Amino acid sequence: MPVIKVSNLSKIFGKKTKEAQRLLDEGYSKEEILEKTGCTVGVNRASFEVEEGEVFVIMGLSGSGKSTLVRLLNRLIEPTEGDVEIDGENLATMNKEDLRNIRRQKMSMVFQKFALFPFRTVLENTEFGLEVQGVSKEERSEKAREALELVGLGSFVDQLPSQLSGGMQQRVGLARALANDPEVLLMDEAFSALDPLIRKDMQDELLDLQEKMQKTIIFITHDLDEALRIGDRIALMKDGSIVQIGSPEEILINPANDYVEKFVEDVDRSKVLTAEKIMKRPETVNIDKHGPRVALERIREQGLSSIFVTDRSRNLKGYVTADDVSEARKQGKSDLREILRTDMPKVDKETSVHDLFDIIHDSPVPVTVVEDGKLRGIIVRGSIIAALANGSEVDGNDA
Amino acid sequence: MMLSMTKFTLLSFITSMEEFFGNTIPVAEGVDRFVEWITETFNWFFDPVKNDFGNLIENFAELLASLPASIVILLAVVLAYFLSGRRFALPVFTLVGLLFIYNQQLWEQLMFTFTLVLVASFISVIVGIPVGILMSKSSLAEAIIKPILDFMQTMPAFVYLIPAVVFFGIGMVPGVFASFIFATPPVVRFTNLGIRQVSKELVEASDAFGATGKQKLFKVELPMAKTTIMAGINQTVMLSLSMVVIASMIGAPGLGRDVLSALQRAQEGPGFVAGLSIVILAIIIDRITQNLNKGKA
Repeated sequence: MPVIKVSNLSKIFGKKTKEAQRLLDEGYSKEEILEKTGCTVGVNRASFEVEEGEVFVIMGLSGSGKSTLVRLLNRLIEPTEGDVEIDGENLATMNKEDLRNIRRQKMSMVFQKFALFPFRTVLENTEFGLEVQGVSKEERSEKAREALELVGLGSFVDQLPSQLSGGMQQRVGLARALANDPEVLLMDEAFSALDPLIRKDMQDELLDLQEKMQKTIIFITHDLDEALRIGDRIALMKDGSIVQIGSPEEILINPANDYVEKFVEDVDRSKVLTAEKIMKRPETVNIDKHGPRVALERIREQGLSSIFVTDRSRNLKGYVTADDVSEARKQGKSDLREILRTDMPKVDKETSVHDLFDIIHDSPVPVTVVEDGKLRGIIVRGSIIAALANGSEVDGNDA
Repeated sequence: MMLSMTKFTLLSFITSMEEFFGNTIPVAEGVDRFVEWITETFNWFFDPVKNDFGNLIENFAELLASLPASIVILLAVVLAYFLSGRRFALPVFTLVGLLFIYNQQLWEQLMFTFTLVLVASFISVIVGIPVGILMSKSSLAEAIIKPILDFMQTMPAFVYLIPAVVFFGIGMVPGVFASFIFATPPVVRFTNLGIRQVSKELVEASDAFGATGKQKLFKVELPMAKTTIMAGINQTVMLSLSMVVIASMIGAPGLGRDVLSALQRAQEGPGFVAGLSIVILAIIIDRITQNLNKGKA
């Protein structure tokens, strides 16, 4: 069962929301509705489900409605229409007190500009959520310290937020959200205010934490690289509507429409595409069956300068070069083992293309993709370039 | 045809305007009757305030005046020293200033003026901060209260001295009343402003963690607005001090009375000395309240 189930969730800002909603149902665009009614469509019938332990990224450019959407999830903004179910309870229609209890126990939020209370120490900030629940001083202090320990700020409890750097402040923001031990973590552009290097650290740290905690995280961002890095699934928003939901690779490789395609055009594909996605089926010879003659034939056929050598069950043994093979033939040798070289680079299926650059640069032969000692595929320079040039034409077959 | 019609309507309009302006609307009479009605209806409130509250503050002022001046000065200097962050400028000024006032035989008047300012500011703050909070929470309340504040601040003080005397007789109480009207608006305005200025994200954060309205107010909004509210309190204190001379016109004792009597008898010297004493008191109170703000923020 999904932890969060959002169906048909809409937010229209303005006075004539009824009329705007009717126009929306009739299929008018955001601009037309603004012109006709003066109402702004913030979120337009968003529906999605988030599973337990999933990192669900909502991404879009500014004005796409992503910040409004996340605020509809904990009702900081009242929805105009639609349902938000958390553990089967509908947040959109519940009374103030039930809502407060959900906010206290099940959902926490991390803010773009940290939103720390400047007059409270790091510890007091972290305690805030527990404090409003009426948790005793000792207990909340203990839980807050644990949360701070978790984000690596255990020794800064008595500092004021203004004494910390941006990255550290956001760690306090994260600790404050974790201190309640919520099921769902809403992160609204949580790392966008940080400089790029710190942002990357924080992303890594969040992923590390997530491995331990297994929270359900809804993460808002405008940064596609960030979305691709941390998201299990990504929802792309435009003009208040969700235009595509999918895994990072689905979004990159099969953009649902022009908008998504344009969006992903600029992305650094090298960080997203893995070796598995771009590897090719290798030409091989079987060390037990074939000798230099077959090897040479295959090398000539394919126009290669070397060929990989495996055994019967495709375990990678090494490679032989064209020169060595023809030399061996002249000398009448019949076993490839005598001329076998083993200095080929090996990577696994998950290696990102970005990491392949250096490896392939120093290598005289294609990079091999190896799993459990078996040769799965090879990567040549051309396929990297092709993948970076156009992700949708990548030949993803498995050797 | 059209022209004559226009002419006709224009003429009749002018006649009716003349009729309208020929008869004064009896606003003044209405106010007179209103004040009379209030006096009679709320007598049960005004009388005890006039007598009991009046006695209370006069006794307090007399108590202050009866304390040995040296002890009061010492206390003020020590207070100034600690509140100004253990620096020497303010305590030295306090010492010299107060000794000067004592030397000029104005000590008792100073104590009465101080009491007036203290009581008036206290009431202004006690009433003003909740009103300011109300204003910040409701735009309707803001729309209603704002013009009332404008009215209180710009209406010449002499105008409400008259009903003040009608309600509370003469003495300290009408002085406190007049000064309350004049000095309350800043603390209301600053409280409203301070709370409205609390950043949206902080308000969202407290909501997102499930704070109730009261928790939000006391744990987030008021602490965040404190500096602004303290600036408002400082303004309120200063304004109530500036009402001292005017309050003395309806019998409030203190330094204002000396200024007033110097004015009436055209005595420049004593007028200057009493005026200077007010300035000294103003500077001491201002710096101390400002430091109160810095110290805690």
